[in-house]
Amino acid sequence: MSSLMEEMSAKALELGVPLSAQIDLTYRCNERCVHCYLDHDDHGEMTTGELKRLLDELASAGVLFLTLSGGEILLRKDFFEILQYARELSFCVKLKTNAILIHEAEAARIRALNVDSIQVSIYSHRPEVHDAITKVPGSLKRSLDAIRFLKARGLKVIVADVLMLQNAGDYPHVRALAGELGAEFTLDPTITPKMDGDRSVLGLSASETALHQVFRDQALVGSVEEFCAPPSKADADDLAALPCSAGHTACYISPYGDVYPCVQFPLPSGNVRRLSFLDIWRHSEALKEVRSIRLGDLTTCSHCVHLTACTRCPGLAYMEGNMRGPSVQDCEKSFARTGIASTNLLSKKSSNSALVQIQSLRTCASAA
Amino acid sequence: MSCKLYVARSASVAARKLGDEMLIMSGRDSTLFTLDEVATILWEAADGEKPLDEIVDEDICGKFEVERGEALQDAIALVEGLAEHGILLLSNEPPGEPSLQRQVKR
Repeated sequence: MSSLMEEMSAKALELGVPLSAQIDLTYRCNERCVHCYLDHDDHGEMTTGELKRLLDELASAGVLFLTLSGGEILLRKDFFEILQYARELSFCVKLKTNAILIHEAEAARIRALNVDSIQVSIYSHRPEVHDAITKVPGSLKRSLDAIRFLKARGLKVIVADVLMLQNAGDYPHVRALAGELGAEFTLDPTITPKMDGDRSVLGLSASETALHQVFRDQALVGSVEEFCAPPSKADADDLAALPCSAGHTACYISPYGDVYPCVQFPLPSGNVRRLSFLDIWRHSEALKEVRSIRLGDLTTCSHCVHLTACTRCPGLAYMEGNMRGPSVQDCEKSFARTGIASTNLLSKKSSNSALVQIQSLRTCASAA
Repeated sequence: MSCKLYVARSASVAARKLGDEMLIMSGRDSTLFTLDEVATILWEAADGEKPLDEIVDEDICGKFEVERGEALQDAIALVEGLAEHGILLLSNEPPGEPSLQRQVKR
């Protein structure tokens, strides 16, 4: 983050302004990705009018960075009407899409509306792997064609890959492919549990060996020595710090109008069909609780050696049952990064030696 | 100034007021700018229809204790700088078509 952006984020925090928001326009999708956390049925999406009113409210509340995501955003017949309205309200709009419905005409319309960036999901450079993950034959080719259309219009494209069992070895090739296309590349090592709490998709998470390798890839992490360094001891400032921006300067709104602190933090905080966004943002008891939490308040993590450098996601912790608790996935990432077990993993080891992560922990600890 | 200078916000940018400052994201290269309180007043008045000297007279000199010539000189330097980054459009005539952007209600 640039220093100016940090300064503005700090000011937004001080003023209680939600600088960033994500709206999922729909959960419907034309792909069926094996790791997806969404229910793709339509349970009553917001209408065009409701979405426009929401955009008015978000603009008034101070949102500048607006992400439109899904589901597949282009399945909404009013997608371009909503996008145009958002740009008329001067949002900095980022799109997340599988892009398989983007052809030359759609790319031209997106360009004309001065969208900031388009993030396209690509899971492998090999059609047999990508298409098996999306469960749509030909989807890799269509997504790549779309990226070419978008790049030909001079748009900023970000290729987003998710690390999982099926594709763990492919990300360097996807990164190279993104480079050839003139796109940026981002890799997410986290599989998110389903929003209804079903954790079965976590079985697709990449192995510890794959995570270990990713965290030592200089092209991804920069200085490996710094990235994988043992954590520094937390001081009073660290303990007083916020866990993340969710609910503080960022929020998420579902296709049904439900407001959450973040797409990965499905804590019901209000619904914009019943209350104005600002009422929810300012007065929701759920959001107030999220805002009250400091790192020093975390039940297990505040005593953990990884506190200062951990990527702990409060949303993942919430989905594990306690927004003040640890997130095992992040504990595993901290271990893969540094080789040092978190307080949470150590406590699980003492309470249940049969846990899978403890077995692999023992293996790695003895190897180190 | 020998002739009127009209300033209009570019439709390609994203912008939002944060406190008394304006945050502007360039549509050309995603560079982030901030405008201070006075520059924000100029930005908000830049509808392409009101000449810059009138904006300075009414919106700057009318509200701040500042000498008109100096204020106008500063305003010209500011709008020319912003125009170089493509976030303001300068013209010697008012534009024929209305701006894309809607007014955000507060």
